[in-house]
Amino acid sequence: MPYGLHRLLHDPGAILGLILVTLVVLTALFADQLAPFGPTEGSLTNAKRPETWQERGLPGHLLGTDQLGQDILSRVIYCARVSLTVAFFGVLLASAIGVTLGLSAGYLGGRVDALVSGAVNLLLSFPYLVLVIIVAPVFGRLLLTVILIFGITDAPVFARLVRGEVLRLRGQDYVTAVRGLGAPAWRIMLLHLLPNLVGPLVTLMTFEMSAMIFYEAGLSFLGLSVPPEVPSWGNMLALGRSFLYIYPWMSIYPGLAISLTAFGVNLLGDWVRDVMDPRLRHAD
Amino acid sequence: MLVLVFFTVRLTGDPVGLMVARNATPEQREAFRVAHGFDRPLAEQFVGYLGDALRGDLGRSLRLHLPNMELIMQRLPATMELALAALLLSLAIAVPLGIISGVFPGSPLDLLARLIGLAGQTIPSFWLAMILILVFAVNLRLFPTFGRDSLQHLVLPAVALSVASMGQMVRLLRSAVLEITREDYIRTARAKGVSEIVITLRHVTPNALIPLVSVVGVNFTYMLGGSVYIETIFAWPGLGTLLNDAFNDSDFPLVQAITIFIAAFAISLNLLTDIAYDLIDPRARQR
Repeated sequence: MPYGLHRLLHDPGAILGLILVTLVVLTALFADQLAPFGPTEGSLTNAKRPETWQERGLPGHLLGTDQLGQDILSRVIYCARVSLTVAFFGVLLASAIGVTLGLSAGYLGGRVDALVSGAVNLLLSFPYLVLVIIVAPVFGRLLLTVILIFGITDAPVFARLVRGEVLRLRGQDYVTAVRGLGAPAWRIMLLHLLPNLVGPLVTLMTFEMSAMIFYEAGLSFLGLSVPPEVPSWGNMLALGRSFLYIYPWMSIYPGLAISLTAFGVNLLGDWVRDVMDPRLRHAD
Repeated sequence: MLVLVFFTVRLTGDPVGLMVARNATPEQREAFRVAHGFDRPLAEQFVGYLGDALRGDLGRSLRLHLPNMELIMQRLPATMELALAALLLSLAIAVPLGIISGVFPGSPLDLLARLIGLAGQTIPSFWLAMILILVFAVNLRLFPTFGRDSLQHLVLPAVALSVASMGQMVRLLRSAVLEITREDYIRTARAKGVSEIVITLRHVTPNALIPLVSVVGVNFTYMLGGSVYIETIFAWPGLGTLLNDAFNDSDFPLVQAITIFIAAFAISLNLLTDIAYDLIDPRARQR
């Protein structure tokens, strides 16, 4: 049995993480079939109702309705799409930029390294949220631009990791050997260095994905992410905040969805790290 | 850093359209531009701004008509109070809990530590803030819902702001202790008959606290970022609410001033952390 699978079957946390993440992904994919109502469908006669089991709850609206009569459960289901899309593509973009910069800086050294490292250290010295807050209004509020914002602002984290790993690998005999055989720099970087970075990269990508679900929600909460009419967990929370004292169910469930998703991704991330880092294999 | 902030904030839109009345004549619009220096070429604006920033002058707020530095200094104590309270709370809980959980893995306290560690990564602070308000302020009526009048007002915002860093510190300490207890010098101490309490306090704890130093600095700057949410939710009159308001008003000289201030603060703090690290850990000095 492959090590990863063996590890998965003997780790209840990893199984739980896998189940949670699978559920959220399926929810996002099949939102149209799963959600009892459309994300913006609602009638004012059914507005502001609490959960079904509460006194004024309606049988059709399990988790209640918001101030416009929109079904909270349906909206939470549809929101999985925005959050997962942003997290997945944001991390993909960030790692692509970060790997390119980190590889060049680490392997080529000299001026390239000075430039990249300078920029990376500068960006990392900003509190991440402040960085996102000042960059966000420049790009506007489309789904694509939100992905761009996160892809760009999160890239330094990847660049730093890759650069460090490359500096460690660069001096190893096998790299000296291929260089001695006359391999060009791009070939060494792509074929000989990059494959050795897959482990730490995949691990970082998983953890950054859960962080990005957080940051997207946070940015929506401040009204800087996707526009208010797009259902995202952060938008729902931002709206719920105005009604916190009177209609608390509007805030409880979107937050719960964020937490459960982040929980699942994190548990999965722990498993990925254990599998990808052979040094940890015998730790326990 | 100054360059980045200057240009990104410039790109966010024309303040003239927002600040001048809709029925203003073109002449009035032009007068506004001249008065605030927006008519000058971007390069000239930038040089002027750079010179001012280096002298500690961060310009004037468009909406509040006061020097930005004055506004920041007015709000700074409230933010510092909140961030320090959250930091102390994190340390007070994370240090004992992280060490105990590392020394006794599998114990009930270890379970609690792992739960807190996970909570830090999985519960967004602004959602936690809202839940805390619902439970402790609305239902149990133990704490006030918003404002800054007494020590009681500080409790809920500080708890909400501290969870992320508390979780991170607990995780860090736990793994540091687990690693250290496997070291040879601990085995040597045990072989010499040193009691477990002395080993934990004299040999394990000081070494486990070293990596914490760098995390404390970083977490403090993250709290300044997180305070934007927490302060807004609790109507805490600090830098976070000021930044949020400045954003909503498109008061971009103020946005610019606050972000520069926070970034400069973060960078100085990073530097101090590095120095502190060198002082504490003799191994870092040799590298």
